[in-house]
Amino acid sequence: MAKQTLRLLVGKVGLDGHDRGAKIIARALRDAGYEVIYTGLHQTPEQVVATALQEDVDAIGLSILSGAHGTLFPKITRLLKEKGAEDVVVFGGGIIPDEDIPELLKAGVARIFTPGTSTADVVRFLKEEVEPRRARVSG
Amino acid sequence: MAPSNENTRGRARWERETLNPHLERHPDREAEYSTVSSLPIRRLYSPEDLQGQEYEKEIGWPGEYPFTRGVQPTMYRGRLWTMRMFAGMGTAEDTNARFKYLLKEGQTGLSTAFDLPTLMGRDSDSPLAEGEVGKEGVAIATLRDMEILFDGIPLGDVSTSMTINAPAAIVYAMYLAVAEKQGVPLKKLRGTIQNDIFKEYIAQKEWIYPPEPSVRLIVDTMEFSAKEVPQWNTISISGYHIREAGSTAAQELAFTLADGIGYVQAGMARGMDVDSFAPRLSYFFNSHNDFFEEIAKLRAARRIWARQLRERFGAKDPRSWMLRTHVQTAGCSLTAQQPINNVIRVTIQALAAVLGGCQSLHTDSMDETLCLPSEQAVTVALRTQQIIAEESGAANTIDPLAGSYFVESLTNEMERQALEYIRKIDEMGGIIQAIEQGFPQREIAEASYRYQKQVEEGTKTIVGMNRYTMPEEIPIPLLKIPPEVEVRQKARLAEVRRTRDGKAVLSALSDLTAKARTHENLMPALLECARAYCTIEETGNAMKEVFGEYRENSVI
Repeated sequence: MAKQTLRLLVGKVGLDGHDRGAKIIARALRDAGYEVIYTGLHQTPEQVVATALQEDVDAIGLSILSGAHGTLFPKITRLLKEKGAEDVVVFGGGIIPDEDIPELLKAGVARIFTPGTSTADVVRFLKEEVEPRRARVSG
Repeated sequence: MAPSNENTRGRARWERETLNPHLERHPDREAEYSTVSSLPIRRLYSPEDLQGQEYEKEIGWPGEYPFTRGVQPTMYRGRLWTMRMFAGMGTAEDTNARFKYLLKEGQTGLSTAFDLPTLMGRDSDSPLAEGEVGKEGVAIATLRDMEILFDGIPLGDVSTSMTINAPAAIVYAMYLAVAEKQGVPLKKLRGTIQNDIFKEYIAQKEWIYPPEPSVRLIVDTMEFSAKEVPQWNTISISGYHIREAGSTAAQELAFTLADGIGYVQAGMARGMDVDSFAPRLSYFFNSHNDFFEEIAKLRAARRIWARQLRERFGAKDPRSWMLRTHVQTAGCSLTAQQPINNVIRVTIQALAAVLGGCQSLHTDSMDETLCLPSEQAVTVALRTQQIIAEESGAANTIDPLAGSYFVESLTNEMERQALEYIRKIDEMGGIIQAIEQGFPQREIAEASYRYQKQVEEGTKTIVGMNRYTMPEEIPIPLLKIPPEVEVRQKARLAEVRRTRDGKAVLSALSDLTAKARTHENLMPALLECARAYCTIEETGNAMKEVFGEYRENSVI
């Protein structure tokens, strides 16, 4: 049976403790009607992927402000692929310079939101790009 | 300046004859005005707003209780604030070069930013450290890194601040060991370790142990330093991160002072005389965009602290009453859009810090929403302080805004709101209980979400982001930390592990574990670990065996 609404995992990965953005996004997505699971802090990529699979989420949103985005995003997409779960959409945001974004997209990240993004933009992205995919998968 | 009926009558007359007719033709731009923290601001402040306020009691004289006008009798006429730029990136060599550059350019104190693995007490080669080594600050795993970090910098001549919390006692011991190697007596050392675990649980989230053993380690550093390193500031009680996490100015003030009260209580519970350690407690506040709110916050902070220490804790030494504070401009106020505008924000915030009477100041670099500061950006930020100090005239007289109806009213209001929070926290049983109940965390998350909504609705303006936006941005050069940093740092750590005396390491670590089980002060054992080149994680683990680990119950 098709799920009623998207299930999303908002995650903090690595040692980075900056959780203001992750919490705002988690809350805004919940207010927008999605089911949101927040991982809490200091998760390893392996833990995030395990939770994503256990919770059967449609997408993972990662917030990284520590400068480790070049290591952590590709690790998550690789682990998802290894588990045969590349249909789980990975997106994220944080302190990520524009010039680093192409590399992350190439590694399979669907979208990077940079500082100053409105939560409405993230909701729009989910509506326009993630909801249709889910419809196809479950349809 | 006693307000009188004359003032009240005068104000009513002004409203009737001048204001109201004007408003009919030219209404205010907005129905209501408020600070960036949503504190309502009235149209006009006048003598009646300060009715009943006694100058001697509430405001007083500079360098005297309750220190509203500043902790020094002459403030910046005698000595300017310390210009202390937070710096750290890559390996110890990279940061050592930045330190030397800043000292050459006229900076007067050092401030060390550590990378995330170090802040979390992890070695550079720990699996969780992957990708993070040297990214947000300098990587320090052993005494060897610390020796390189301060190479060629005589520790007897500079004051060094180190932003380190959960593993503060370990890193402090490494610093003391470097001083020993340089032949500098510990009594001559000046500096600060942040060592403030409460705000970690509340806001910054870099913890290792649960509250109780964490507080024990902090009290150990206080007790040890009171005897051995008397010029060292053992805690920098920090509101900065609380504000960055999204609190209002009043919440920042309240939770930070409540943390300070928690440390005083912990020191006294150990049986220490409050005057033996309170003079070495220092503060660290944020300075955001709302100019007058920030000035009022700093003035109120001094008055509250002085009264709490004297009246509540019975401190007799005036130095115990003084709230000395470092200030940093608000990283969270900077925008990635049109980043050069950040220079202007930082200028306003830095001027507020100076008019608020700070003792030392870090000015953020324009590129800090994108990366660690480039040399060009950090130079502009340092020059900003030098221009305020030497061109603006702001340092010419003491507390120039005292007596302003608005600033004094706002100071009173900040004090009132902070005391209200402090009362609530006292009723919960103190700051540890409040943290365990998630009270400050929840208040901050609410404020942060409210502000985000205001920005998205456009009721709060951020120039260049939700107003006056531009399609094409003017790019600025960014600092990149190359991946080779991690490789080099791991290689050095491997070499230290290979060449150190393995027996000395084991004996220092097992001694530390044994002492952790007792009530003995752990600083001497930590110094032994540092001298033996134990790594930060080995040392931390030796205590973790006894102390356990903290787990957050996170709320969104």
